[in-house]
Amino acid sequence: MTVIGWMQILLYCAIVVALVKPLGWYMTRVFNGESTFLSPVLRPVERGLYWIGGVDEKREQHWLTYTVAMLLFHVGGFLIIYGLMRLQAVLPLNPAEQSAVAPDLSFNTAISFLTNTNWQNYGGESTLSYLTQMVGLTHQNFLSAATGIALAVALIRGFSRSSMRTIGNFWVDVTRTTLYVLLPICVVYTLFLVWQGMPQTLGAYVEATTLEGAKQTIAVGPVASQVAIKMLGTNGGGFFNANAAHPFENPTALSNLVQMISIFAIGAAMTNVFGRMVGNQRQGWAILAVMGVLFLSGVAVTYWAEANGTSTLASLGLSGGNMEGKEVRFGIVASSLFAVVTTAASCGAVNAMHDSFTALGGMIPLINMQLGEIIVGGVGAGLYGMLLFVVLAIFVAGLMVGRTPEYVGKKIEAREVKMAMLAILVLPLMYLGWTAVAVVLPSAVASMANSGPHGFTEVLYAFTSATGNNGSAFGGLTGNTFFYNLTLASSMFVGRFFMIVPAMALAGSLAAKKSIPPSAGTLPTTGGLFVGLVVGVILIIGGLTFFPALALGPIVEHLAMNANTLF
Amino acid sequence: MLREIRPAILILLLLTAITGLAYPLAMTAIAGVIFPKQAQGSLIEKDGKVIGSSLIGQEFKDDKYFHGRLSATSAPDPADSTKTVSAPYNAANSGGSNLGPTSKALADRIKEDVEKLKTENPSAAVPVDLVTTSGSGLDPDISPEGALFQVPRVAKARNLPEARVRQLVTEHIQGRMAGLLGEPRVNVLALNLALDEASK
Repeated sequence: MTVIGWMQILLYCAIVVALVKPLGWYMTRVFNGESTFLSPVLRPVERGLYWIGGVDEKREQHWLTYTVAMLLFHVGGFLIIYGLMRLQAVLPLNPAEQSAVAPDLSFNTAISFLTNTNWQNYGGESTLSYLTQMVGLTHQNFLSAATGIALAVALIRGFSRSSMRTIGNFWVDVTRTTLYVLLPICVVYTLFLVWQGMPQTLGAYVEATTLEGAKQTIAVGPVASQVAIKMLGTNGGGFFNANAAHPFENPTALSNLVQMISIFAIGAAMTNVFGRMVGNQRQGWAILAVMGVLFLSGVAVTYWAEANGTSTLASLGLSGGNMEGKEVRFGIVASSLFAVVTTAASCGAVNAMHDSFTALGGMIPLINMQLGEIIVGGVGAGLYGMLLFVVLAIFVAGLMVGRTPEYVGKKIEAREVKMAMLAILVLPLMYLGWTAVAVVLPSAVASMANSGPHGFTEVLYAFTSATGNNGSAFGGLTGNTFFYNLTLASSMFVGRFFMIVPAMALAGSLAAKKSIPPSAGTLPTTGGLFVGLVVGVILIIGGLTFFPALALGPIVEHLAMNANTLF
Repeated sequence: MLREIRPAILILLLLTAITGLAYPLAMTAIAGVIFPKQAQGSLIEKDGKVIGSSLIGQEFKDDKYFHGRLSATSAPDPADSTKTVSAPYNAANSGGSNLGPTSKALADRIKEDVEKLKTENPSAAVPVDLVTTSGSGLDPDISPEGALFQVPRVAKARNLPEARVRQLVTEHIQGRMAGLLGEPRVNVLALNLALDEASK
């Protein structure tokens, strides 16, 4: 670890924190339906969409209707992606002449992008046409992100409203988020990325003759426009197989910094939106503080582990850290930071190969995802995931003092705690359950690229990443098999929707409650005590759930590495 | 609930048209005008022929060129399309080795490469980036130490004084951005092009 390394990390944190207030202010205006500086241009487009779509923007929805609207929207999105992948060979914009994608891989990819996971069983430049990348993947990058944000806003309304039956209108929330938040930022962001060296062309792959006379086919494409939303919407599905490690998908140290900022920007600002909407911005800062504590602890461990390298490198006298699977322009620190950021949020883009990280360096991304990606998290999804843990922490605190717990003026009762627990428990059920199945199926074991505990970690990482809708991978695992395509798709589906539906039920039941003013016995939820309490609940619940699995994977591998055991 | 079906179809199609077609196509048009070189992939041409991209590494095996990092990219086996064969710096199929810290295959590979490099230049410590594969398999850069390490071999193969080659390397070291971001590095293709110029 070096001073300049920590300065890069602190610079990153400072920029993210500085963006929280302005972005939170702007997004709150968007979600409240107020006009913004972009309204003169975008408002006519927005009204046109409602008019054609038959949406009455004044009519709000009950939580059940809101959820059904969201699910219908996803059915359509699924059909578009699946159809495009199956038919891409006969559709236009396919200069590399990619053939139709197999049914199971198409199914996996459609679910993957629908759920904001963006798991890459497909190879990007070697599998997909430009049309599929644009209409199939870029559009779903926008819409799954907009959906996540809309759902978080609906849950916030549950907390901020008093005695109401409705939690907003899904169509209005999705349309406004896409038009006013995601699209304008992406337009500017795309140009920045192209300036840094990212291709943006519909031209065919380039044939080059290298200095030594060999042929090199260089894949290009409409990369920048997709990468902008891939990062901003915490989607993470790469245009190229190597994702943000590919020099075209992340050309410079500056593009790398901005990409990391854009992963956290909206998620972090959502805590401020929460604070503003419940009438006290300090409520938002307290939640951000919980995220900050967990985040910096993770960064410290991964950076330390990667800078220390492996026993193999040390025995050969190689210094400079674990550079296997990392790019020279990023080095140890920017690769470690990126890995923690991308898994704390549910982004899943990678600028280094996590499979080649040291055991402990790779364990932090795994833990981040197993905690439910609540450290900033996916856009929107991170906030509602964190609020579920807050409900639980408040409940535990209430038990300690024997008083009905309250949070931002709402009594937390049996129904709320049940919903929160349901959402929290379904995640380990998926990733631990499927991992257990996979390690006893010989055909699934054959997909591992590494043997020993590292192979187990590859499988655990895959199901954790899918369930958490992250999408990063220990890439050695051959995921494009019938078994993994289907089981990973089921993990992604359950991980997304079995969290959303209880969260929306929670929103509905909270909105219907009366707001009560705080009294002398109310636990203040803006101070250090509260932050400590939530961090503690997250670590205890998380730790009890997945520590045994970690012990079989990264922990035993670390011990084996120190004993110079190779597999 | 039935009235949600109409927006589920129409809003979806309209937003798809905006974000999946209008947005990328408009960005392609604008970027092509403002940053034409980058938008096409930062290609380098020599005598009217494309010889590569300044951002994409290419394979160098000849002693008279500086070598890039190891690349773990593969290509479909021409004999059997269900299998893949090793194809370093395949810019149409990026990827890393994905070998873990306790992998015997990785340990053996690194050991072999370290021994090979030690015979090439016994006087300097082997830089770690020369014996590890990059994440993309297309890393265009090596560390300054990685370039300086290769100076004796390149100078000998080209019959150039070592000081001259070392000077070229030093000229091609790119520092951290603003003294802070990223790592110091040398673009291998740019260095080799300059080397060809200098040997003329």
